[in-house]
Amino acid sequence: MKTKSILICGVGGQGILTASDLLSDVLLLAGFQVKKSEVHGMSQRGGDVISTVRYGEEVFSPLPGLRETDYILAFEKLEALRNINYLSEKGIMLVNDFEWQPLPVAAGLEKYPQNIEPQLRKLAAEVVLIPATRLAIELGNEKASNVILIGLLASRMEIDRQLWLDVIGKKVPPRFIDLNLKAFATGFNFRP
Amino acid sequence: MAKELLSGNEAIARGAYEAGVTFASAYPGTPSTEILENIIKYKDVIYAQWGVNEKTAMEEALGASFTGARALVAMKHVGLNVAADPLFSASYIGATGALIIISADDPGLHSSQNEQDNRHYAIAAKIPVLEPADSQEAKDMVLEAVKISETYDTPVLIRMTTRTSHSRSAVEFGERQVPPTPEYKSDFFKRNLLPGNARRLHVLVEARQKKLAAFSDGFKYNTISKGKNRIGVVASGVSYQYGREVFPDAGFLKITMPYPFPVNLFREFAATVDKIYILEENDPIIETFARLAAPDKEIIGKDIFPLLGEMSQDVVLSSLGMKDLTPRFDCGTIPKRPPSLCAGCPHTALFYNLSLQKVNARGDIGCYTLGALPPLSAMDTCVDMGASITILLGIEKALAKANKTIKQVAVIGDSTFFHSGITGLIDIIYNKGQSTVVILDNSITAMTGHQENPGSGKTLMGDDAPRIDIVKLVRDGLGLEHTYEVDGYNVKAIKELLKREILRQEPSVIVVRRPCVLLYRKVKWSPMGVDISKCTSCKVCLRLGCPAISADADNKSQINKALCSGCGVCAQVCAFKAIAFVDEKGMHSNAITLESYMSGGQS
Repeated sequence: MKTKSILICGVGGQGILTASDLLSDVLLLAGFQVKKSEVHGMSQRGGDVISTVRYGEEVFSPLPGLRETDYILAFEKLEALRNINYLSEKGIMLVNDFEWQPLPVAAGLEKYPQNIEPQLRKLAAEVVLIPATRLAIELGNEKASNVILIGLLASRMEIDRQLWLDVIGKKVPPRFIDLNLKAFATGFNFRP
Repeated sequence: MAKELLSGNEAIARGAYEAGVTFASAYPGTPSTEILENIIKYKDVIYAQWGVNEKTAMEEALGASFTGARALVAMKHVGLNVAADPLFSASYIGATGALIIISADDPGLHSSQNEQDNRHYAIAAKIPVLEPADSQEAKDMVLEAVKISETYDTPVLIRMTTRTSHSRSAVEFGERQVPPTPEYKSDFFKRNLLPGNARRLHVLVEARQKKLAAFSDGFKYNTISKGKNRIGVVASGVSYQYGREVFPDAGFLKITMPYPFPVNLFREFAATVDKIYILEENDPIIETFARLAAPDKEIIGKDIFPLLGEMSQDVVLSSLGMKDLTPRFDCGTIPKRPPSLCAGCPHTALFYNLSLQKVNARGDIGCYTLGALPPLSAMDTCVDMGASITILLGIEKALAKANKTIKQVAVIGDSTFFHSGITGLIDIIYNKGQSTVVILDNSITAMTGHQENPGSGKTLMGDDAPRIDIVKLVRDGLGLEHTYEVDGYNVKAIKELLKREILRQEPSVIVVRRPCVLLYRKVKWSPMGVDISKCTSCKVCLRLGCPAISADADNKSQINKALCSGCGVCAQVCAFKAIAFVDEKGMHSNAITLESYMSGGQS
């Protein structure tokens, strides 16, 4: 098979690296060769964060090329737009319908773009918006939004659902397993 | 054996465990920090510590090697500049127990001040360098480095890069080798670098070089794979992976030991192809050797591939004219998301005051470098670890010669002060400088992700440690009379101290104290709130650059409760008393008493 690429992006602190770790473990368990890259350092201080995962029979580069990413999972709308150039023509853009003002916007120096969704739709073959942050708050913990988004991604990938549940069961601290399984199901069963 | 997805740094740690390393030392620095953080998983068999800087860390590892123990020292690329002195000496001395030096280079400057290529150090110090291409190789190279180090009596450098350090791939685990039992045996001629001894040792170093060159030709990780066409690719590190993406039919010479260069192996490979592409990150190290080894061959390297930034398959393709990287969407049209000081950062009030008083800070390396960015914009120099203090003195003295003075201070964090700020401060005192040094003591090495340091009271292994008090060190140790301490959240006290000390015709130190707000994430403090009826939209609070404060649609300030830590700094800068603590009873408009807050709020 051709190597596939997934890009996860958002804002530092949103649980992006946890999500890409979970995804990588599932893909490894599914029998693929997996490579993952992540950004550390200054990005923890409210900067944008990207993690990429590539999988297939034999994977060389951990980074996807421009216009070669099969799925983008964006934890924040502006970050979806910032990374749209990585998406392939047939790629799917999965977006948390959530706005987090970057500092220049919060400080009143710039404006948060108002037309993100139409721009995404113009550039991506398919765009799915999910109010993951709101759904997570409804589940009782905003931090579960990353697993809701992973659930949505899982619903679009041809990987046995049980593998996702197994990895959540193995990776998540016992007291959060129930919440995360619910979050996963919320994303997995989401219909826009 | 189990296979797990590990980052390159985790794989180095695993390699150290399997190779029987028993001593590990480092100073934290992106992208190398997680190596030691993962080595302590094996703390029952490996002693691990943070050195105060890379030089002490390397010397301590060398000392460990003197006993026959296998030692590893890790640092970011610029850290090796600090440790260069012992590096060159260690080359002459060699390795009784293995001495493994990990340098994590940062092509693309994800979080560094330059993008130097530390393979140059291996060449200059005449020691071998290994360059893994993925996590499995990162682990394997530690095991190989131990063998090479002990067989050839040499330190070995392993060059990681941001991408190999911070990408994950599958690693197969092995058993731990039984390490030798350490024992100190005196060896005056080998370890005392008096000129007479060092002259003799240099002869051995040159002989070692020849043996290592022969070894490199036969090194099993320098591999040739035949291609389907007459194109050859020579690549090292993660660039090899990009090469495999771009040239599926080419022959490959994968070089995992670029120095000493495998000349004969390269010539053997070159004879099988018509044209050679060389892929390596940063400088043309392999390329230079390759051109010397085969001057008549068509070699394509840094003439088309960039010296700057990270490689990727896209960079390779675009350099070859095979891919147009023009984006469909221009990201320049949307707001950037720069990193910022955290909500509740105990550095904010200082930078706010510097900015108001129009004092430009000589900056240093740490979270507080973010004080350089708008809206604070209070730092116009940042050079290297410790340079805030020394640059300050240099400027002061040069201007004084022309009877000029400017309003300036140095700003340096606690860990950076321990690393290499103390020496600069001694220079100020000794040379009768008049400048003010501000030490931001947040009791942790914050930017690299909260590592312990000599002021934090804990060691890397998690044990209690004596806490070195910076105020006492400066006032009682260095005898600096004008040493003052102030709370990082007390805007007014900081303002007055700065005003007074900048004017003082004597050296002074202001220690701004308050633990990093991220250390207290689990404590639920009451957040601040804005009383809209009192907010005049003056936007003074926005000048703090606090990520929790923004302007609403009516231009009134609003505070994001989820982000707000309740530090109270914004309430102090609001002239209209529009900001106050909010709790379940609503807003306390009866202003802030910082003292009551501190006694009640801090855990």
